[in-house]
Formats: sequence, C-alpha cells, structure tokens
Amino acid sequence: MTDDPDHIIEVKELVKKFGSFVANDRLSFHVNRGEIFGFLGANGAGKTTTIRILCGLSYPTSGEIRVAGHDVYHEREKIKRKIGYMSQKFSLYEDLTVSENIRLYAGIYRLNRKQINQREEQLLERLGLLPIKNRLIRDIPLGWKQKLAFSVAIFHKPDIVFLDEPTGGVDPITRRQFWEMIHDATLEGITVFVTTHYMDEAEYCDRVSIMVDGRIEALDKPAVLKKEFDSKNMNEVFLKLARN
Amino acid sequence: MALIVNHIDKSFKLTRALNQVDFEVKDGELFGLIGPDGAGKSSLFRIIASLLIPDSGSCSVNGFDVVSQYRDVRKIIGYMPGRFSLYMDLSVEENLAFYARVFGTTIKENYDLIRDVYQQIEPFKKRLAGRLSGGMKQKLALSCALIHRPDVLILDEPTTGVDAVSRREFWDMLKKIQGEGITIIVSTPYMDEAEMCDRVALIQKGTILSITNPSEMGAGDVPLYALRSDRGVYAHLDKIRQMEECRSAWLFGDELHVTLNSAVDVTAVSSAIDGWNDPSIRLTSITPSIEDRFMGLMKEEK
Repeated sequence: MTDDPDHIIEVKELVKKFGSFVANDRLSFHVNRGEIFGFLGANGAGKTTTIRILCGLSYPTSGEIRVAGHDVYHEREKIKRKIGYMSQKFSLYEDLTVSENIRLYAGIYRLNRKQINQREEQLLERLGLLPIKNRLIRDIPLGWKQKLAFSVAIFHKPDIVFLDEPTGGVDPITRRQFWEMIHDATLEGITVFVTTHYMDEAEYCDRVSIMVDGRIEALDKPAVLKKEFDSKNMNEVFLKLARN
Repeated sequence: MALIVNHIDKSFKLTRALNQVDFEVKDGELFGLIGPDGAGKSSLFRIIASLLIPDSGSCSVNGFDVVSQYRDVRKIIGYMPGRFSLYMDLSVEENLAFYARVFGTTIKENYDLIRDVYQQIEPFKKRLAGRLSGGMKQKLALSCALIHRPDVLILDEPTTGVDAVSRREFWDMLKKIQGEGITIIVSTPYMDEAEMCDRVALIQKGTILSITNPSEMGAGDVPLYALRSDRGVYAHLDKIRQMEECRSAWLFGDELHVTLNSAVDVTAVSSAIDGWNDPSIRLTSITPSIEDRFMGLMKEEK
C-alpha cells in the first residue's frame, strides 16, 4: 500500500458484510490532511458502518484501511488516541456539569492536571460558558451543547475529528457558527470528516463523497460535482444521485 | 377553523416553553411550525393533541376544547409524536390493526387513504416494528396516525434526521394527504421545508417570531445581498464583517448572505470589495429565503 503522507485516511477496497448484506461495497477513497471531507449519503447507505470502522470500533470484512498512519486491524488503540469523535445523539454526559464534562474528557485523553485547569479555563472563556460552568448539560440549549461537544472532541488536538450529523436540529445561526468553528479547527491542522443532512453544509466542505447503497457514487469538490451533474446546488446533486 | 391556539403559556420549572402563542389554522391547510430544537414545538403539539395542559390560554380543534372536550379531540386527530412510539413487539400489520380497532374502524375501510404510504412497507407486514429501518418506521407511524381518517393530522418533526431524498418523498405524501381534505400541522427544524407549506409559523424559544406565506416572501425589511466568488467565499467572511456598513454576514451554501445597515451602503461595499483582488467576486441584491428571514428575526430578538 502506498503511504502518501498527505493522505490522513487511506481506504482501499473496503468491504463490510453483515451476514449476506453488504453494507460497504469495495469503497476506495482517501482524505487529505487538513481538509474538510463531507461524507454524504441517504439513510441506510452505509455511512455509519464506514465511520465505525475508521474510528476503530468495528472490523472490516476485507480491504486495506489506514487512519492517521495506523492499520485498522492491528493498531486500533493507536488510532483512537489520534482521533476525536462527536455525534448528534451522544456527545456529552447529560447528568454532569459543563465543567465536569470538560475535565472528564481531558482526563480520558490523558492531559495532566495542570493542562486540564489551563485548557478548561481557556475553553470556557472562548465559548462564553464561564457563567454556566456548573450547570448540568441537560439544562443548556442544544446549540451550546454541540459547540462544547465539538471543542471537547478536539481538546486533545487530534489529527482527525469525526463529526456525525453534528448540527441536526440546531438553529440556523448556531449552525453557521458551528461551521466557522470547524474552519478554525482546520487552521490548527485538524482534518475534519463530517456527515450532514443539510445540503447547504455540503458546500462548506473541501471535498464531498456521496454514498448510495454501500458504494461511493461521486467524490469531488462541490463546484466540480455541481458542474458534472448540471445542478445549481448540492441538494440537486444529491437528489439526482440518490434517487436513481 | 381547524385549529385555534389562543394566547397559550406553558412553563416547566424554570423554563418558559411557550410564551403567548397565538395563531389559527384553516380547514384543509398544510401549516408548518418551523424552529430549532428547544423552540417549544413539541410542547405545543402535545397541548394540541390534548396530552399536556397549558398554564393559561386555550386551544380548540374543530371547535372542541383540548382540555374540557379532550375525548372529542382525540377522535378527530391523528398524532405522530417525534419519538417513534408504536409497539416494537408487534408486527407492522398488528400495529396498524390495533390502531384501527382502537378507533373503531378497520384497515379495509380506510385503506384508500393510506395506500400510497402503506404499500411501501406492506412487503414487510409480518416484521416486528422494532426491526424496521428508520424510514420504514416513519411510514408505519404515518399509516397508524391516518388509519381512522382524522380531520386534523399532527406530525411532530417527521423528517428530523431523514436524508434529503426521503424528506422530499415524505412531503410529496403529505401533499396527497392534504388533497384528501385533511388539515395538516407539521413541525420541522429544516427551513427549506417551509416552501412545501401553505403557511408557516417561525418559532424560537417559545415565541412565534412571524407567520408567513412562503410563496409570498417579498424583500425583507433589511436589504439582503449575496456575495459570490469562484474562489470560494469563506476567505471573505471576516473582511466583510469588519466593514462598518455590514450588519451581518453568514455562510449560506456557496454564498455569503450579507445585510447592510442601509441600502445606500451597497455602493461603498461594492467598491470596497473590488479592491480585494478577486476578479470573480460579485455582490447582488437577493430576495430573502425563510432561513434568512428566520435569522433576521432571531437577531432582533436578542
């Protein structure tokens, strides 16, 4: 396997079967270091299966896959230390406070006490959460929760952060602020791998892949895809691909 | 009037979930309630469905009061809650038969109404509801909510977490159901779905910001401009925000949507961006979408 140092994720002929059902059918693609990579597809297209494999939570049936330079069959623990993950459904502990969540994740990622204190302060300050740091997560608005969850997911400065529908149900302004945070993270060298059902957000990605029935049907820059499918926006591209 | 909501307030402990919510829905209308999570959409729907009692104000469905005449209300509404709440340990067919019987009808009697929706899951009618995919669960829930031919169908976020293709199909189904003379009240966090509704209420933090007809959206009170560039617009975001004339600037697909403090400022802004060394950059006046309108109203509220 060629090890292009600019490919932070390298996937060759990834197959994942559940019994006779083929969830991922010979996927081959790469993600460039530092880019925002949009991973789109209809419900049930196989996106979550792929993400779980890339995060070292599930074994592929076959294929060669490297994430942050590590093999997904034998070096899963190394991968886990180099990635961050957040989803819409589970991101923070509802029954812990803002501050406790930050400290818990910082501890899991093995920051020492001094680093934890320092970074907790910085983070609360930056997100404007200092006044509510002792409030339970379940009592804060979703938008704040998702911004905090993202910050926590990149707290340990991972090589890659996986975001699984991070903006679902979030108000339109907070959703845009969230994408500005994503852009800022890339400036710090973090690669972003993101899924979304908001097609305007597909435009914010450097490159986008669209998965249909376990296969990647299209992968390119949004501008190129729009031209190729003769569409005025990514929503049209998506509808054209996923409907056929 | 299919629905009259009259100055409703509802609080949960310290949270004001609904604040003087007041609107009406006409017979046969497809009415959308659009707002983010936590806006109060589900609380309002639970009140309309007679499952929650408001602190003050009143609400009636087809003339029946949701508190004093809740039994009558329940007979004429179909309610699909946000969370899937059918019987996971019954099959598709058993769930549907159960709801038909509860309402004193049969699947056969109203099969015409649900045919389009139900046919898509009928091949799996022996499967347990708990083992269906998300899209199939949604179709079963809609079938169950419709099986007694309700006058008013109440759908709480039926398309949340659903991909763009399935969302489009779902709205096509709703249009057909509306064609049967059923009034539909539906909530969604997706602003682009507003255009499928006859009228929409925009709701944020328990307050209705505005009620509009999406097809009649004219220019807003604040002039709105789109900034486009073949080189991508993100690099221009900070620069435009720093301009004195700029009131707001946000990413909007492959554009930036910019509001200015006044329409005369556009000349100054146009000449300024000419100096940004991007020959493909252009600024054009545009009509606001529902999402633009929503964002504008959110800001005013602060």
